[in-house]
This record gives sequence, C-alpha cells and structure tokens, in this order.
Amino acid sequence: MTDQLKHLSEKVTKGLMTRREFVGRAAALGVTAAVANSMLASAAKAAGPVRGGTLKLGASGGESTNTQDPALTASEVPLYNLRHWGETLVDVGADGNIEYRMAESVEGSADAKQWVFKIRKGVPFSNGKDMTPEDVLMTMQRHSNEDSQSGALGIMRGIEDMKVDGDNFIVNLSTGNADLPYLMADYHLMIQPGGGMDDPGAGIGTGPYTIEFDEPGVRHGFKRREDYWDAENRGFAEFSEQLVLNDATARTAALQSGQVHMINRVDPKVAGLLDRAPSLSVKSTAGRGHYVFIMHVDTAPFDNNELRLALKYAINRQEMVDKILRGYGSIGNDFPINAGYPLFDTSIAQRAHDLAKAAEHYKKSGHDGSPIILRTADGAFPGAVDAAALFQQSAQAAGIPLEIKREPNDGYWSEVWNVQPFCASYWGGRPVQDQMYSTAYLSTADWNDTRFKVPEFDEMLLAARAEIDEVKRKEIYSKMAVMLRDEGGLILPMFNDFVGAIAANVGGWVDDPNGPLMNNKAPIKCWLTDA
Amino acid sequence: MHPILKLVAQRLALGLLLLFAASILIFVGTSILPGDVAQSILGQSATPEALANLRAELGMDQPALTRYFSWLGGVLQGDLGTALTNGRDIAESLGSRLGNTLFLAFWAAVIAVPLSIFLGLLAVRYKDRWPDKLISGVTLTTISIPEFMIGYVLIYWVSIQWGMFSSVAIINESMSLGQKLNAIAIPVMVLTLVVLAHMMRMTRAAILNVMQSAYIETAELKGLGMLKIIRKHAFPNAIAPIVNVVMLNLAYLVVGVVVVEVVFAYPGMGQYLVDHVSKRDVPVVQACGLIFAAVYIGLNLVADIVSILANPRLRHPK
Repeated sequence: MTDQLKHLSEKVTKGLMTRREFVGRAAALGVTAAVANSMLASAAKAAGPVRGGTLKLGASGGESTNTQDPALTASEVPLYNLRHWGETLVDVGADGNIEYRMAESVEGSADAKQWVFKIRKGVPFSNGKDMTPEDVLMTMQRHSNEDSQSGALGIMRGIEDMKVDGDNFIVNLSTGNADLPYLMADYHLMIQPGGGMDDPGAGIGTGPYTIEFDEPGVRHGFKRREDYWDAENRGFAEFSEQLVLNDATARTAALQSGQVHMINRVDPKVAGLLDRAPSLSVKSTAGRGHYVFIMHVDTAPFDNNELRLALKYAINRQEMVDKILRGYGSIGNDFPINAGYPLFDTSIAQRAHDLAKAAEHYKKSGHDGSPIILRTADGAFPGAVDAAALFQQSAQAAGIPLEIKREPNDGYWSEVWNVQPFCASYWGGRPVQDQMYSTAYLSTADWNDTRFKVPEFDEMLLAARAEIDEVKRKEIYSKMAVMLRDEGGLILPMFNDFVGAIAANVGGWVDDPNGPLMNNKAPIKCWLTDA
Repeated sequence: MHPILKLVAQRLALGLLLLFAASILIFVGTSILPGDVAQSILGQSATPEALANLRAELGMDQPALTRYFSWLGGVLQGDLGTALTNGRDIAESLGSRLGNTLFLAFWAAVIAVPLSIFLGLLAVRYKDRWPDKLISGVTLTTISIPEFMIGYVLIYWVSIQWGMFSSVAIINESMSLGQKLNAIAIPVMVLTLVVLAHMMRMTRAAILNVMQSAYIETAELKGLGMLKIIRKHAFPNAIAPIVNVVMLNLAYLVVGVVVVEVVFAYPGMGQYLVDHVSKRDVPVVQACGLIFAAVYIGLNLVADIVSILANPRLRHPK
C-alpha cells in the first residue's frame, strides 16, 4: 500500500494528478486526509526546489537608521539584507561543519598558526567583475585596520598578517587557533569588491540576489541574479522581499493573513496558539543563545564566591524555561556552552535548584544582609523584568535579599551592561566554544562582562585553541566549563530557542542552530512550493 | 496694513522664533540622553577602538556648541545634512516619510472631520434622546480604548477573519492610489475612531452654547425647522471653537500617530523619528522636530485666522 501511495504522490508532484484526486485515492486505501496531505508535502520536498515567485519575509529588528555596510550590522533585518547580496569565505553549516563559499578549501598548519584559504575562481560580483583573492584581502583589512569601525574587529585581533599568494589568501596568527575558519564565517566579513573600501554600503557582493529597493526601516527588495555561481543551492525565489515589522502582533497578523511567508521572533507566549493555524507552522530551533544574569567577580559583594554560589543555587532554572520561554528553550548550567557546540561534554553535572545549599552558601559568605541590587530592563532580553522577579522570589525563599532596579531600555547597553556589577543580559552564542570563551571570558576580552580574569583559565583557552587533537581539546573545554560553572560570575538559567514561523507553502526548511530562521538564510535557501 | 495681514506677519515671525527655541531644546535633550550615536550604532558588541573610530568619523569628538552651530548654518542655507547613522540625505528620506504621514493624515481627516461635525450636529438635533446618547457613548468608548488595541481588534476581524484589507500598511511610490488606499484602510479607520469623539463633543458643546441665545429662540418662533436653525444660525456662530479643535486634531494626525504607525508598520515620520532618537542621530531628530513644530505652529495660525474671519466683530475692529 505504501508503495502505491508513494507512486501516487509522485504523480501529483509531477502534475499528472490533482491534489484532490490524490486525497480521494488515498482515502480509498484507508488513509486519512491529514496523513495524505502530509505525504504530499514530503513528496513535494523530495521533488526538489521550485523556482520563481516572490518570497516575503516579515522581520523585526530593523530601523530607519540601518545601512547596508556589513561592518555596522548589528541587528537582524540588516543581517537578512547581507545574506541576500553577500557571502563570506566560509559558512557554518546546520550540522556545525564548515561549508565552503568564497573559499574552495582551507588548510591549516600543524600549529594552527598559518591558514591557507584557496579562493574560488570565476565567481562574479553583482557589478560584473570576478571576485579575486585581493578583494578578500582588502575586505579583511577593512574590518581589522586601525580605523576600522567593524563589529568584527574583536575577532580579527589575533591576526598577525594577511597576504595573497596566487589563488590563495593566507592568514598568519600570533598564536595558533584551530577554529580560525569558523571566525571567517562571521557575518560582518562579507566579501566586497575592493574590500568595500570606497563604498561600504553599496550592497555589491557575490550573493544570490541584488538590491531592487532599499528603504531602511520599511522594506528591502531583492531580485535573483542570473549569473549567481551556486544557483543549485540558493536563491530560488525570483524576488525576495523583506518587510520590517517590529511589532510582534503586526508580524503574526501579516503571516496569518498571507501577506508574508515567514516571520522571525515569534513571541513564545503566542507560539503555541499560532501553531494551531493550519496555514502555517511554528519553527522552534534549539540554538546557542542564552539569557543571563551577570555579576562582576571583582566588585563587592560579588567578589565572594560563596555569595555567587548562593545566587546560582537559588535561581529556579526550570521555572524560568517554563514561564519566561514557555518551554521554547532549555536550562543552563552557568557556563555559556550547550549541546549546540562541537566538543561539548555532556557528562558535566547539571546544577540543580537547591534552596538549602543556597542558604548554606549565603551564610558562609557572611554577607551583611543588605539588599543585593539586580538591574534589569525590558530590553535586556525578552521577559527580563519578569525573570528578575522570579529570581527575586526564589532567592528570598533561600533568605537572600535581592532588590530589583528597573532601568530604561535606552542606553542599557552603554550605561548598565558591562558597567554595573549585577544585571540581566543576553548572549547570541558563537559557532565554536573558543570564540564564545574568548569573546567574554578571557582576561583581556573587551566584553568580559563578568570581569572573570583567571590566568589558569586563559592558559587553558589558549592551549585548547592551538590543540589539533579533538579528544584533548574536549577535555580542556570540559575543565574550563566546570571552572566557570563553579567560580565564574555568570548565572545562566536558560538557553533560548529561535522561534520563527513559516507559511505552509514554504519549502526547503532545515533547522539551523547557528541563528534565527536558518541562520538568517531562510529567504535565500527556501522556496515557494506553489510559485 | 490690513490688521489681519499684520497679525499673520507677527505670528510668522513669532513662529520662527519658536522654531529656533525648539531646535535648541531638541539638541540639548538628545545630548543629555545616556549613550551616544556611536554606541547606539554598534550596540552591545562595540569595542572601544571601533567606538572611537566611529565617533571621530561622525565628528562627535567636536564640542556640542560647534556641532549645533554648524547644523544651524546648514539649515539656514536649506541643507538638512545627512543622517549620522546611515549617511543618507535627510531631506530626501524625510521628504518621502513626510509625504506618507500627510497622506495618512489627509485621508483620516477627510473622513473624520465631516463625520464628527455631522454627528455633532445630529447629537444637538436629538439632544438627550437616544441618537445623542448612542453617538456620545460609542465615540467616548472608542477614544477611551488605546489606539493600538483598536488597531489589533480591527486587524483581527477585518484583515484576518474577513480578509478585506491589508494588515500591513507599507506603501510605496510604485503603488496605485487604489492600492495605497487599500493598504491604509484599517489605519484610517483606527485614526478616525480615535479623533472622532473630541471633535464631535466640541461641535455639540459649541452649538448647544449658541442655541441658548435669544436669536435662536427668535428663529424658533419664526417657525424654522430645527436642522435649518442649526445650519443657518447656530453653526456659523460656533465655527471658531470647532475650527480650533479640528486643527488640534489635524496636528495630532500629523505628529502623534507613532503608535498606529508601529502597529501597521506604516512608513511615516513618527517611526522614523523614534528610530533616530533611539540611535541619538541628532541631525535627523532636529529636522523632524522642526517639521513637527512647524506643523503645530502653522495649524494654530490657521485656526486663529479662521476664527477671526468667522467673527465680524474681529474682522472689522473699530
């Protein structure tokens, strides 16, 4: 019977039979309409991508202040723009492995100090010129030179020098880094002609689309390129449009009424309800992003590890996941790594909610009982004010006096985060452990927002970075995680999922833990099944 | 010189002075907000070097006074400058946003103003009877509900359930007038419901006030019909307060609809201003502030002139 059905569903996708006929024939074989329809959907997927049509995305995270300059990209809408017209040397695939884009292959030296990227040939920019290794070099220079304003400046810092040798782009590092290819997947590092030195916001790159219209904070439109080098895998819709819909209700309404085909950031509060609508499906993808409370370990009273442990035991992680994330997430263990990372050690014990232990550590800390001020704002992460209130309640049950100080969203990232000793914040996660740790837990890191400065930890990080043997690396990372869990200033109650939604006629969806909506690539990798 | 011309000239001069004062207030206001434009652009992931580089490029390392006067100099020569955040020409981006705002305000006004005056007249005609109570009840209800709530309710029914109009009001130049009107249909409904009560109640009160006068009684005794009395005798004498409240509401439709813009993703001035305030993009905030202030001052001027023209005693002073 299944063979028969399979045969029939293939007939439908080839257009030899109508959908209605198929459901009727399937019913004759004793299959319900719902099952028959889902069979059709999977048959359509097997039939491969459909080209054409206008794929519309309704996205939050766009302002009228946005530019197309990759160096200044910090929010989601500009990021979707970059994915349309630009490409990086490599991508991190949904499986966590390196996918080659502008580089054809990558080879590292034994000490991981020298990396050779073989640059793909015959890839045209949208201005008609072929992309060359010089363009790659100049792009990297723009993001790392002295007067760079790039958001990627931090990750470019370990680079000693870069050069072009024939078809190769060569990077020399001051200390070995086995993860360098992952760093090159950073979205700021879109390869631009001449490095984008003359006109960084021109939107010219090697991506599958070119800009049709560009109205920051309103909408962005793209047209498929005929001369795109990888048309097999990306750029299926003829036109791709992005509407900036910052209001959560406006976004869901637009999807429900069919005005867009996909939306990002579905509010967990409504995700369950929204998923019941037959014309769409909610897509929740476990990611590496996490919501945190951070303490400066060099500032009283948080310089006392007993007090830090007391707070870590006092927080109720499961309650946070259930109430703040509505189940769209998983509990954290006070270090910023989860199973989404390669080389994650699953054997590290999970810290439990334990009021007795919290009270005990609090007593040992000898804190004078004055209220501990926790700063929070709506903008710290979605639900941050509620999460702080839950934290306050559970801490109180352990006899720890927390006082919530609510801060304005405006200026939160400049006046509170990384300035005040105890506040709510979030991290988006990084593709590899090394990058996450070096961004925020290395002594010298600019964004060391917990002021965690332990030479032993730094040494382990550098050792792991240069270690090619994966078993040894995993071991080092495991030790670092335990150290951070037990001594760090990070309280990490939850990892948040990326929750988006797509219409029923969108094909090609793959869960990608690297970022929201298939690492912002859904518009260029999905297609309209009825285009 | 005719006294009215003189008044207009005086008012215009005063208006310019007010605009100047407003620009100083806006500049000072945005300067004392925490954070600056560089920090706002680069966000949480800013490194100190990148911040310093960006500040230098945007000229933020200059003293505030220098920045203000160089901006003022530009404006006096008709140059609004470029946005700090994305380097776009402000006059250009602002022009299309202003056009959109006026487009929405115009259509909302075209429906709301005649409707509210008509309902006001109707309420006077049936004073204290059920049509009066119904009109007052409904309009007071809609003005009491927050506008985003009305927006959501209308989106749910009109757009999602009935599939009649678009829930996203993004309009652009390539759309035909019909398409644009379809896109802004729900926001226009929302705005109409929001401003209706104020104008309707004012019309009702102003006319009722006039209706107490002796000459209305005379007209009644002459045997004129109620609607005719209102139209010919009461309304012309109640124009001044009505025009005042209409102008206030028009000003609101231009400068105060940011919430409605957000709910419908309408590309108007409000959202544009808010985005740039949150990024501390002072030149854009200044330009928007000047336009908003000019709209307020201009509409108030119109209201004053109309009330003078409508009143023979003021029109022909002794």
